[in-house]
Amino acid sequence: MSEVIVITSGKGGVGKTTTSANVGTALALAGKQVVLVDADIGLRNLDVVMGLENRIVYDLVDVVEGRCRLKQALIKDKRFEGLFLLPAAQTRDKNAVSPEQMKKLCDSLKEDFDYILLDCPAGIEQGFKNAIAGADRALVITTPEVSAVRDADRIIGLLESHGVSTIHLIINRVRMNMVKRGDMMAMEDVVEILAIDLIGVVPDDENIVVTTNKGEPAVIEGSSLASKAFRNIADRVQGLERPFLDLNISTGLVGKIKKVFGFGNQ
Amino acid sequence: MGVMDFNSLFGKRNKSSSVAKDRLKLVLIHDRMNCSTELLEMMRADIVAVISKYVDIDTDDFNIEISNRQYEEGGKKAPVLSANIPIKNLKKVK
Repeated sequence: MSEVIVITSGKGGVGKTTTSANVGTALALAGKQVVLVDADIGLRNLDVVMGLENRIVYDLVDVVEGRCRLKQALIKDKRFEGLFLLPAAQTRDKNAVSPEQMKKLCDSLKEDFDYILLDCPAGIEQGFKNAIAGADRALVITTPEVSAVRDADRIIGLLESHGVSTIHLIINRVRMNMVKRGDMMAMEDVVEILAIDLIGVVPDDENIVVTTNKGEPAVIEGSSLASKAFRNIADRVQGLERPFLDLNISTGLVGKIKKVFGFGNQ
Repeated sequence: MGVMDFNSLFGKRNKSSSVAKDRLKLVLIHDRMNCSTELLEMMRADIVAVISKYVDIDTDDFNIEISNRQYEEGGKKAPVLSANIPIKNLKKVK
């Protein structure tokens, strides 16, 4: 059964593209047929994050406007079996596509793929409406900051009113040392405020910057904590039970903080 | 500033994360209600129209609101929609 998953946040710069790249790659590594769709028309980025920027011939708008067949626009990622990218157009704007066209596109992709991951643009305008039009479920990304959480709340409301009822939360860039000293909201606080189910917590990790510099998804090399967190999210997306990571490993104060935050084996 | 310093030393509640959480909660109550102002006005108009068919009501003092006071049903929290409808005359002449 195929699923269209939109990765969205409202606020920009909280990690939608990074999450799309990593969760998508992890799903492909798990043997699924995956297509990453960059729905951020005019500001495409998923291609550079994935390291596939030199292989673009056609893009999403070309497909929608009939200048090429869908298969011609799909870029096969040679590093991972079953992973494809449908890049956004860079020289057009969000109005180049309508929600109906997007929905049709998602339906055609469903014939060939298990997971269709849509990297949504920031904001709540046309680009957002296009990206969610064909979505079966949503992953809402936030960081533990007031601005990001507020925007996430707005996005959750909009998703619900557009009929996307399966919504999960990813809290990105958590800095445990700050949470520990009370200077960053804990995951429990964010979950309580937004009142939706948590599907993953990703620590702030320098490795993400390094791997993005190189155009490689962080999940390739499995050692970093963020990489583990993304692979866990991919597993949970497939319906598998995975315990939440103990993010305190990095701070070296495992037991104590685990107790304080009750976060060890959730 | 002196008070803040004292609190940050001894008061758990004034950690910046709890300040963030408290501020967010307030902001979101406002945000969530703001979304439905238009809707509330439409509901108000419809309710006035329906009830006016049966009783004389005071439309000026008619008050409808979604309150933050939540009720729990089967563990699920939901906001409450309440309407205050002052009745002028119970028996509306046919």
